[in-house]
Amino acid sequence: MDLYEYQGKELFRRFGIAVSEGRLVTSPEEARTAAQELGGQVVVKAQVLTGGRGKAGGIKLAEGPEDAEQHARDILGLDIRGHVVRKLWIEAASEIEREYYLSLTFDRGEKKALFMFTKEGGVDIEEVAAERPEALAKLHVDPLEGFQAYQARRLIYGAGIEDEGEQKQIAKLAARLYTAFVECDAMLCEVNPLIVTPSGEVKALDSKFTVDDNALYKHPDIAEMRDLDAYPPEERAAREKDVTYVKLDGEVGVLGNGAGLVMSTLDVVALAGGQPANFCDLGGGGDAEGVVDALEIISADPQVKSILFNIFGGITRCDEVARGILQALERLTIEEPIVVRLDGTNAEEGRALLKEAAPPNLHVEPTMLDAARRAVELAP
Amino acid sequence: MVQGLTGREGSFHGVRNRDYGTQVVAGVTPGKGGQEVEGIPIFDTVAEAVAEAGANTTMVFVPARFATDAVYEGIDAGVHTVICIAEGLPAHEMLRVYNYIRPKGVTMLGPNCPGALSPGKANVGIIPAEIFREGSVGLVSRSGTLTYQIGHELTQLGLGNSTIVGIGGDPVVGSSFIDVLTEFEADDETEIVVMVGEIGGAEEEKAAAFIQAEMSKPVVAYIAGFTAPPGKTMGHAGAIISGTSGTAQAKKEALEACGVRVGTTPTEVAQLAAEVAGVRN
Repeated sequence: MDLYEYQGKELFRRFGIAVSEGRLVTSPEEARTAAQELGGQVVVKAQVLTGGRGKAGGIKLAEGPEDAEQHARDILGLDIRGHVVRKLWIEAASEIEREYYLSLTFDRGEKKALFMFTKEGGVDIEEVAAERPEALAKLHVDPLEGFQAYQARRLIYGAGIEDEGEQKQIAKLAARLYTAFVECDAMLCEVNPLIVTPSGEVKALDSKFTVDDNALYKHPDIAEMRDLDAYPPEERAAREKDVTYVKLDGEVGVLGNGAGLVMSTLDVVALAGGQPANFCDLGGGGDAEGVVDALEIISADPQVKSILFNIFGGITRCDEVARGILQALERLTIEEPIVVRLDGTNAEEGRALLKEAAPPNLHVEPTMLDAARRAVELAP
Repeated sequence: MVQGLTGREGSFHGVRNRDYGTQVVAGVTPGKGGQEVEGIPIFDTVAEAVAEAGANTTMVFVPARFATDAVYEGIDAGVHTVICIAEGLPAHEMLRVYNYIRPKGVTMLGPNCPGALSPGKANVGIIPAEIFREGSVGLVSRSGTLTYQIGHELTQLGLGNSTIVGIGGDPVVGSSFIDVLTEFEADDETEIVVMVGEIGGAEEEKAAAFIQAEMSKPVVAYIAGFTAPPGKTMGHAGAIISGTSGTAQAKKEALEACGVRVGTTPTEVAQLAAEVAGVRN
């Protein structure tokens, strides 16, 4: 789960990482009040779960309350890469002497946490890594050993930090960032930029924080930070019903059992000349009720013109899936054609059930490829 | 041994594995020691199951929240092979498990995997054995049902399998493609390997270089997720394109650059395997 900047900063603050004071607001009037409370110059920052806010006009410096209100009016409602701005973070403006970059990522390949630190902050890190690798200090942390002080020193010397005051603050901050990363079950903690003020104070001016979905049960406070408004309505409904669903842009609704098989089905739909409307995995159990829930969510997407079921029964029993389809057709109004392919455990029983009921908009196909072609044909 | 044999899925699959011919000698459920499930004795701890029933492999069927503990219990009791069917383990927990087991030489499949099946010999996990037949194709995959699909396509072309190994769909799993490819290379019963990857991570790219440098047996591959958008988790916790890395296209290109043919559909990869088998026979 990706967190907003203000949420990440809230977590930073809990772990003793210096951030600026700020207020979360949702209207120009609130922005004005926040600026009054904070005093002096403030920065009005769009809160969206995507990068490139600055370039899109989502971050503005305000001289005072009136200015903040005006900027808030301009930024609220802005569409930044498909994300509509509904919240603003009003923050006391910082004077910036230098900008650095510090991040911790979950390195799947090395099976360790990876620190990256460079004096070239405020820019695209992949660019620095590709063009000036010598400017980038990288360091892996063994999860059983934890982050040690010598590793902080290696980062600091590696990036070429010479000021003693900065060295001390950054060493402490890196250790705290590691603690936050581990204790919050984070997949990413990025501070870009990490700034040094003219008085020599080091603090996090931005935050990118991603938490492992599978660990949220351990962090109810973080789980509550999820903003359901940031998801498409179909994904919101799916989450409520515990259906694994990702909205895509096409017209062929897809359901299958197992993540790999569903991904493969999307690809086969594309090869057959169609565009998948969604990813939807019924999972291992795949009982009739689960099928009804999933069909309800898929058919609610107005872009969907046909629906493709691709089931390979292992744990999932095809007769159970067939029952689910028939129940869904009784309970919901689904006018789109439904193409079904059943194989594996109890496939014959499943096909027999569908044949017996024979709803008019149901088409049974023998193979995955045939079913995908048919579903594409039926989605004009 | 099955950790969680008294649960609904644990008992269903544990007994099925036993009926297939796997020696399932014990189950472990704390507090249920002394009971049995269809003749398989239950112990309170793994240590007892190892000492009294001689278990050397564990299949972990407990819910995700208890799975890390179950895995540590198994390893600390001296079990050398862990098959973790449980899915949804926190990634940081698995990171620690991985770094703990590797120096000990423990073999682990999963989490979030369907297990391993050698048709006609043994089945440890949830792979429906009736789909597969005996043969010489080694199959290794990050996914469950997609493996069944490809196994089914192979069977229809008259090809059987030596062993089917599911390594799991989580971001950190106990065994990599390279670990399993190494085993297939050394296995006398395997002549061809089909590798089934998907978006996320870079294990397929690493495997590509390994195949070119170290393998004498032919390998064909399939990658799922060409149509997956970046930044979205596609069902498996590990199936996510982060920024521009981990795309299906990049994996396909890496494999092809190392001389590995990549099928665009499950049907096509089975046909590629059949072609290779035909040439060899």
